[in-house]
Amino acid sequence: MTVKASFRMLASAGAALFCALGAAEAAGGKTLEYKHNHWHFKGPFGTYDKEAMQRGFQVYRTVCASCHSVDQLAFRNLGEKGGPFHLDECPAGVPESTDCSKPSENPVVKAIAAEYEVTDGPDDTGDMFKRPGLPSDKIPGPYANEQQARAANGGAFPPNLALIMKARHHGPDYVYSLLTGYETPPDTVALGPTQHYNPYFAGDMSQLLKPEYLNEEGHPVEGVEIPPGGVLAMKAPLSDGIVDYADESVPETVDQYAKDVVEFLTWASEPKMEARKSLGVVSMGYLLVLTLILFFSYRTIWSRVDH
Amino acid sequence: MSHPSTYRPGTAFERWIDRRLPIIRFADDFMNFPTPKNLNYWWTFGAILVICLVIQIITGVVLAMHYTPHEDYAFASVEHIMRDVNYGDIIRYTHANGAAMFFLAVYIHMFRGLYYGSYKEPREMNWILGVIIFLLMMATAFMGYVLPWGQMSFWAATVITNFFTAFPIIGEPIKTLLLGGPAVDNATLNRFYSLHYLLPFAIAGVVVLHIWAFHTSGNNNPTGVEVKDVKKDTVPFHPYYTVKDGFAIAVFMLLFAAFVFFNPNGMGHPDNYIPANPQVTPAHIVPEWYFLPFYAILRAITFNIGPITSKLGGVIAMFGSIAVLFLLPWLDTSRVRSMRYRPVARLWFVLFVIACVWLGYLGGKPAEGIYVVQAQIATAYYFAFFLIILPLLGLFEKPTAQPKSIADSVLKRDKAPVAAVAQAAE
Repeated sequence: MTVKASFRMLASAGAALFCALGAAEAAGGKTLEYKHNHWHFKGPFGTYDKEAMQRGFQVYRTVCASCHSVDQLAFRNLGEKGGPFHLDECPAGVPESTDCSKPSENPVVKAIAAEYEVTDGPDDTGDMFKRPGLPSDKIPGPYANEQQARAANGGAFPPNLALIMKARHHGPDYVYSLLTGYETPPDTVALGPTQHYNPYFAGDMSQLLKPEYLNEEGHPVEGVEIPPGGVLAMKAPLSDGIVDYADESVPETVDQYAKDVVEFLTWASEPKMEARKSLGVVSMGYLLVLTLILFFSYRTIWSRVDH
Repeated sequence: MSHPSTYRPGTAFERWIDRRLPIIRFADDFMNFPTPKNLNYWWTFGAILVICLVIQIITGVVLAMHYTPHEDYAFASVEHIMRDVNYGDIIRYTHANGAAMFFLAVYIHMFRGLYYGSYKEPREMNWILGVIIFLLMMATAFMGYVLPWGQMSFWAATVITNFFTAFPIIGEPIKTLLLGGPAVDNATLNRFYSLHYLLPFAIAGVVVLHIWAFHTSGNNNPTGVEVKDVKKDTVPFHPYYTVKDGFAIAVFMLLFAAFVFFNPNGMGHPDNYIPANPQVTPAHIVPEWYFLPFYAILRAITFNIGPITSKLGGVIAMFGSIAVLFLLPWLDTSRVRSMRYRPVARLWFVLFVIACVWLGYLGGKPAEGIYVVQAQIATAYYFAFFLIILPLLGLFEKPTAQPKSIADSVLKRDKAPVAAVAQAAE
């Protein structure tokens, strides 16, 4: 095998691997194909849209946070570089000695944290006590533990959202499709009172077909299609106008809310993405130069021998 | 080392050292090792693998400084690395993707050895040491995958250790010993962590033996013809192969970096970002891609053979697929080393590579219907290649003419038109 052919093979194998594995297949039952949105954070140069993240945090806080925690997030994360409320410079009116680029001194982050109540302690008398949140605190979740969460949600456990984008195949497209994909179920199925149909949620709708559409063996009769998707305990959480955006130019629609909260939660899953990608560009550039230098050194050194 | 030392201590200090611990002589001889001048790029994967091992050890040692091997804290400590440790995300992504790159390189390295007959006399030890390294790598990678204590970690540990119960009598005790109890729990995590830190150094030790072995026998080369004249057939390792390997390493690093920086979770499974939960079984339990061919072989045995249940049969087939590699030097009966001069063997080899890749594809598919049949055909071919085709081919095939020497082959290839003219003139 020639050198060129060997390298071509290696390069194409690598490229194929890169693509094939990047697009891992969706798991679970048959769902509709996810809607594809053009996300700001996709691609090697993609970054987070800061304003969308801020709005997304507002959506999370107003809507999602009543059931879902963001376990891995602390208030300080919101003010770290790349975070939704990071400040390079202090806004007007803040004392000059403050360094607002530090999450612990960031006035926006401090204000958000102070709106929460956290349990601290024990104090000098051995009692736990409540105090306003500090930037160093983890963002408190809605429930004390899983049992409490299940009791409040009819047995279902609302998952932690801080890693949701990495814990699902095609996370951003999936969450966006799910949030905007609720439909009235087809007439062929009967749902329980706590079941909500969504064609993007992995499940098995054949179990919910009405008896008149089943034959004696329990299989669907001819001509009846099993609807895609499944049912979940969460009812459609978003509706138009449910969150009041400060920026009047941004539409207050389900679609916009879903996009914004995806932006925020993607950051929550991967807060160092921007720094990683920019270091990646530098590293690739460095490696390319190194590769060229080594290649020409190789050609020069080997020009002296037959090989 | 097989070549006479050419080192001359130049200074009083070097002479002093050389009489007591000739370490400079060792390094000098190592770098001047006479290496066949016709090695192609497939030979650069040895150096690439050394770099892979070093990267894994360095990133792993740093990760261990921040990781907590406890079932209640392991998952959280990995997220702590990702979010709070300086460059922690890059170190962890490098370690996770590094395992995959390590296997990519080792598979290419093994296929190269297979194609060019690098396992044949006098390099049997070299090949066997390589298979041992491969086994150690598999154990290390498997235990490392358990440490983040995500859903796939937990269930992979459950499924893999369960294989051992297929063996009668000794199966259960082996499983209990591996897990540190009846089921996967904190004791499992602790011992896997301990072993995951230990085994890479065992790998490094066997790598030293592996390198020592071919520094005794000399490198194989694409022609498979032994070095006849050191002056004509070889060049010193440095600078000729340091620069060539260096170039190949840089190209490999470009691919590596592309994954780490731009698609770090591309080779992972989303379920491993869900904390381990013994109550919930994932919809599909799949290993990392580099184990998929073996996973497919395991699941291909769906039938009982006499007293051997399908489960035990699958486990035997899976272990057998690696065990057969140990016998390869004696299964291949051909006296010609390189498949460059074995046109028939070359075709069977290409089919073998396709079978391996196909098994990898099937390992990622559910074990049902047409996939099982395909996996059975590919598994049958995998074993037939070693146990039937290679032993028989050596007896019946007609190899093409081999060059007289390495220098000869080099001259023929580069100066073919000139040589033809010269011959015609004679």
